[in-house]
Amino acid sequence: MSSEAIAIPVAGERSQPWMQALHEWVVTVDHKRIGILYIALALFFLLIGGLEAAIIRVQLLRPHNDFVSPQVFNRMFTMHGTTMIFFVAMPILFGFANYFVPLMIGARDMAFPRLNAFSFWLTAFGGTLLYFSFLGGSGLYGAGNAPDVGWWAYAPLTSRAFSPGNSSDYWTISLLVSGFGSIGTAINLFATTLCMRCPGMKLSRMPLFVWLNFVMSGMVLLAITPLSAAQIMLLTDRYLGGHFFDTQAGGSATIWMHFFWIFGHPEVYILIIPCFGFLSEIVPVFSRKPIFGYPVMVGATICIGFVSVSVWAHHMFTIGMNSYANSFFALTTMAIGVPTGIKIFNWIGTMWGGKLWFTTSMLFCVGFLFQFLIAGLTGIMLGTAPLDWQLGGSYFVVAHFHYVIVGGILFAIFAAFYYWYPKMTGRMLNETLGKIHFWLFLIGFHLTFDVMHIPGILGMPRRIYTYEAGRGWEIWNLISSIGAFVQAIAILVFVLNLVISYFRGSRAGSDPWDAWTLEWSVSSPPPAYNFLAIPTVASRRPLWDRKHPEDPDSRYE
Amino acid sequence: MNSVIAPMHATWVLPYRGKVGMACLIAAESAIFTIFVVAYLFYVGKSLSGPTPREVLEPPLFYSACLLSSSLTIHLAVKSLSRGNYPRFLLLWFFTIVLGGLFLFGTAREWHKLIAHGLKISTNLFGTTYYSLVGLHGFHVCAGLLMLAVALLLAFFGSIRREHAPKADVLAMYWHFVDAIWVVVFTVVYIVGR
Repeated sequence: MSSEAIAIPVAGERSQPWMQALHEWVVTVDHKRIGILYIALALFFLLIGGLEAAIIRVQLLRPHNDFVSPQVFNRMFTMHGTTMIFFVAMPILFGFANYFVPLMIGARDMAFPRLNAFSFWLTAFGGTLLYFSFLGGSGLYGAGNAPDVGWWAYAPLTSRAFSPGNSSDYWTISLLVSGFGSIGTAINLFATTLCMRCPGMKLSRMPLFVWLNFVMSGMVLLAITPLSAAQIMLLTDRYLGGHFFDTQAGGSATIWMHFFWIFGHPEVYILIIPCFGFLSEIVPVFSRKPIFGYPVMVGATICIGFVSVSVWAHHMFTIGMNSYANSFFALTTMAIGVPTGIKIFNWIGTMWGGKLWFTTSMLFCVGFLFQFLIAGLTGIMLGTAPLDWQLGGSYFVVAHFHYVIVGGILFAIFAAFYYWYPKMTGRMLNETLGKIHFWLFLIGFHLTFDVMHIPGILGMPRRIYTYEAGRGWEIWNLISSIGAFVQAIAILVFVLNLVISYFRGSRAGSDPWDAWTLEWSVSSPPPAYNFLAIPTVASRRPLWDRKHPEDPDSRYE
Repeated sequence: MNSVIAPMHATWVLPYRGKVGMACLIAAESAIFTIFVVAYLFYVGKSLSGPTPREVLEPPLFYSACLLSSSLTIHLAVKSLSRGNYPRFLLLWFFTIVLGGLFLFGTAREWHKLIAHGLKISTNLFGTTYYSLVGLHGFHVCAGLLMLAVALLLAFFGSIRREHAPKADVLAMYWHFVDAIWVVVFTVVYIVGR
């Protein structure tokens, strides 16, 4: 009913002068354009963050390498971490949420379109500030440029004495500004989900992607804000002579760690929960079965949301907390594995007995399942306080969280690209290039991060700019670095695929995967108004109902 | 698709987005205040030098009463607006701003006195936590007053009508939040912290 487009008086993109097209993108409040802006911003920063990772891996290629100075090395890992979390992972997930949440719930836009644009530009401005530090960070002191305090910026590294110049301030203000952007987007997603659903789209019928982004936005509201508060305190210390983190005046460096990780650990779940959402949409479509255990999936997600705010101090076992705190945080860390395990079980349950269709998107999902499971297992190892005393601060930790972020989050994001690119552009991504991308990236990923656990167990600390020969670390670092370059080539194949398919890809049509959620009921790319007539739904799979009027889902719900 | 659909449109009612959005903002702000309150409580009695809270702090009872009663006036103002009683709305809205302004004046006087006593944000941990927590709240009062003043100006020129009552109510939600937070800050700073 809403599948045919109406002619609206907008001149075709091609006939517009580029200045006007650019102007339209800058002033847009359309959730789809803002979604694409978010994704484009994230891809841009992905390349920069990837370049920084490459510099780190070249430096660690062999013992006593002097590719970069220790100072530059510190800047590289700080900027790599900060960029990848705040300006790659979060914007890319917000981008997908922005684009698809309104489409999936049958709405014409987000609840607050102007707030949406404002939030995006705050994020973009935050990213610009972070990188402006390369130019302006030394201030009048001539003391180093980009931030070099690590992505968690522990006190007292950030105090005036140890961090002269303005580099730490750029880091602080950049995260403060982009944090406000994230809060704006979270408010928007939350209100959109509650207030903009089309008739019949009850909470119990929402696509899981929408549900999971709903939980994610709730978590953003409660977990990003502690970081903003801590950043305000840090600015107070640095500019007004405050003593929050000043141990000389009775302040505490530990409380910064608590404040940081109260944000930091839920942040991991803020990133992974939308990825669970990707899988919950993609796996059923390519298994040709509805999702297994929908209510359990929702329940497990909400459970993760709650438990995730009580696990933060497992990042701090090595600072020497008392045994009650250690036990509490070890137990909650074990407990959060349960709802996460339920989800993996649900996806396997969905695939079980299904008619599997191994598109590139599905391949990335299957990769996710295996890798996320392993990442979870090493997480359980690190959550065991005594073992963490041994492994904390070593390359084992680096390998573990990259397994989550690259093996889990990034794989799910790639799956989402191959699944939804046709909807966003009207063109299919090339499957051959896609499969090359998948296999290269899979091999590169495992070369780098499987092997990286070993030097960690052998005692290699993270953040060292070089190491002595003869400790048994050389070969593993060499393999890790080679793997990093295989991954880099895979990313280039991906970018190439994005560009080539945009111009040469085969036409997608409105529903290339024979899928079931509302975004596939409109043309690709969707018209500015999304739906000609606001749809009405009667089940969790509205398009199934429409395609199979003889046997609709609504009969069984 | 089937016959159940037609009446569904009529009965399909969702919450007002303004209220939900403001509730989300309040949740986020509460988390920020929680961190500042935790820091305040964590550092009670940990200052290495004076002055201490007991020496210099006096509970600002009158000004607190002003702020808390402004919650009542804004509530009644929105009620008058939804009934279409514009003069009463204008008057009550104006009173709300006056009461909020009085509270800010009280804070300014208190800070002036404290600075004269030698307590600045850089003096000791008490100064750092006190000025940042009370200042964060004061900042929210300022932001609220600014929004209330804009609404008053619009109302004065007759641009705020009865149908805008739900929007005025969203602003009132924020103002109630600012007041509720003051109850927490007051308890923490002037009762527990002393």
